[in-house]
Amino acid sequence: MSAPVVRPLRIVVAEDEALLREGLVRILERAGHQVLADVDDADALLAFVERTTPDLVITDIRMPPTHTDEGLRAAIAIRAGHPETAVMVLSAYIADAYVADLLDSAPDGGIGYLLKDRVGHVRDFLSSLDRVAAGGTVVDPEVVRQLLRRSRSDGPLAALTARELEVLAQMAEGHTNQGIADRLFVSEAAVRKHIGSIFAKLPLDPDSDRRVSAVLTYLRG
Amino acid sequence: MTSPPDAWTAVRGRPWRFLLSAWPWRALAYDLGSVVVGLAWLMLLALVLGIGLSTVILVVGLFVLAAVPALAHLAAVLERRRLRLVLPHGTEESGERPSLRESWRVQRGLPVAWSEVGHLVLLATLGWLVGLLAAAVAAAPVILLLAPWLADDDVIDFAGWRIDSGPEPWMASALGLVLLVVAAYVVTWLACGHAALTRLLLDPSDARLAEAVAAVRRSRSGLADAYESERRRIERDLHDGVQQRLLALTMTLGSAELEAEGPTLTLVRQAHEQAEQALAELRTTVRGIHPRVLTDHGLTAAVHEVADRSPVPVHLGLALDERLPAPVEAAAYFFVSEALTNVVRHAGAGSAQVHAWTESGSLVLTVSDDGHGGAEPRPGSGLEGLRLRVEAMDGSMRITSPPGGPTSVRMTCPLP
Repeated sequence: MSAPVVRPLRIVVAEDEALLREGLVRILERAGHQVLADVDDADALLAFVERTTPDLVITDIRMPPTHTDEGLRAAIAIRAGHPETAVMVLSAYIADAYVADLLDSAPDGGIGYLLKDRVGHVRDFLSSLDRVAAGGTVVDPEVVRQLLRRSRSDGPLAALTARELEVLAQMAEGHTNQGIADRLFVSEAAVRKHIGSIFAKLPLDPDSDRRVSAVLTYLRG
Repeated sequence: MTSPPDAWTAVRGRPWRFLLSAWPWRALAYDLGSVVVGLAWLMLLALVLGIGLSTVILVVGLFVLAAVPALAHLAAVLERRRLRLVLPHGTEESGERPSLRESWRVQRGLPVAWSEVGHLVLLATLGWLVGLLAAAVAAAPVILLLAPWLADDDVIDFAGWRIDSGPEPWMASALGLVLLVVAAYVVTWLACGHAALTRLLLDPSDARLAEAVAAVRRSRSGLADAYESERRRIERDLHDGVQQRLLALTMTLGSAELEAEGPTLTLVRQAHEQAEQALAELRTTVRGIHPRVLTDHGLTAAVHEVADRSPVPVHLGLALDERLPAPVEAAAYFFVSEALTNVVRHAGAGSAQVHAWTESGSLVLTVSDDGHGGAEPRPGSGLEGLRLRVEAMDGSMRITSPPGGPTSVRMTCPLP
């Protein structure tokens, strides 16, 4: 097994599409994680979490019976009731409403939002899971790119330089300082300097983690 | 000096203006026409009824009699046209008039219009008698006027008055002049009365026409609905079927990548990339058919998504609090989507705005840009397709795009 396993996670998978559910379980088990249960609706998911308190929940947003946002509501409920359980939400497409709801519900991290396509990039997907389980916030690069494309001439982000925005986008995707340095081809010290000036320029919530707060500010535009 | 719009207005106006106008002559023509047309219809009607009633026992007669409403409609169409002789305005509907053939065809699908049948019977009986009366009224002063010349050769017997010699013919002539004025009025009144009765009987068929138009409109919007639900079905099949399978395939290939080595790994990576491309293409197709975000979250979210994908910055002002009916949402979504595509492709714009709000039971949507203008809906173009789509919803679309810009496209769609 070449995928790096930080620690075996106890995971519950919720996905109503049988093919994808099986695929996910296979990927997770091959990576050495323990899949406690795989369920196909949000009620079963909540019941399982209540009983087993897993390390991580992976849930589709759309699930029966209404096929709208059951998974998302379950994710928010789990983050509120079980701070020790991290949640990775999977979505078939980007919907702003989802991202905002999700991030607002978890100001202390431990949450992720990825497009389903990302699962096929198994190595990246597994490392995203590890980061979320470790209390990080992971947002799909596509979502980040889309948010970046919007004009934000009036928001708090207007104060940032292009480079600082780039660094912040990488933070939003959940990368570490070293990871950002590698991706932007700069030194880690340079990244730390940029992050310092980002923290100084943004109006951050003093009670929460500055990194998470900055990312949230970024994602809200 | 403007001339009166119709005979009825003229006859009630100033006498001199009326007498010197063409209206008395037109009224006379109408009356004389009534005699010819009325008698013609009388004969035709008698023929049809005769044949119909005498063969009714052979069933054939029923079919012959069934032709009467159709004949009545034909008479109605012709009389409406003749009506313009005295009432040029306010008779026929404005805009494009259906041809006789179209009108005939529509008529076959409509229930019997008894008012039209009544009109035909009146025309064939009373109509020509009224016309004849008018003709007699018009003839009297003419005979009196010509008395001095006619009396030379003959003796005139006018309503018991023998006019033969001396000053009598000249007195008759003078009387004729007075009667001419009276006749002008009488002839016009008779024509107006006849015309008014015709309109009274035929106007209800306008209501039937409106009813038929409403039916056509219903079937059109029914077609649009059917088309829309078919799109949704295709989208659902693709999204729940092929898309999920492709996604599962990329997962499997992703797992295989972790274990493959050497040339096999290269092949697996290629397969993975190809599967992802197929998935991306499929997603674009599905979005073009009917985006899932529209079904799940409604117009506002879907328009946000379109705006986010647009290479030209789009400013959104959407004041829509609740979900709209699905067909309206779909029409509105494709309107924004197509309009923004046009902005990107043709307008050379630096930015675009989308605004949406509801106003007196309608959805109003505008897409504007700061480009160079000159946009035109050509047949077969995307804009024209949009117009048809919006019109199928009973809505309307307007484009303002002066050369040099800016361009603004606006759609209004009633909310059922």
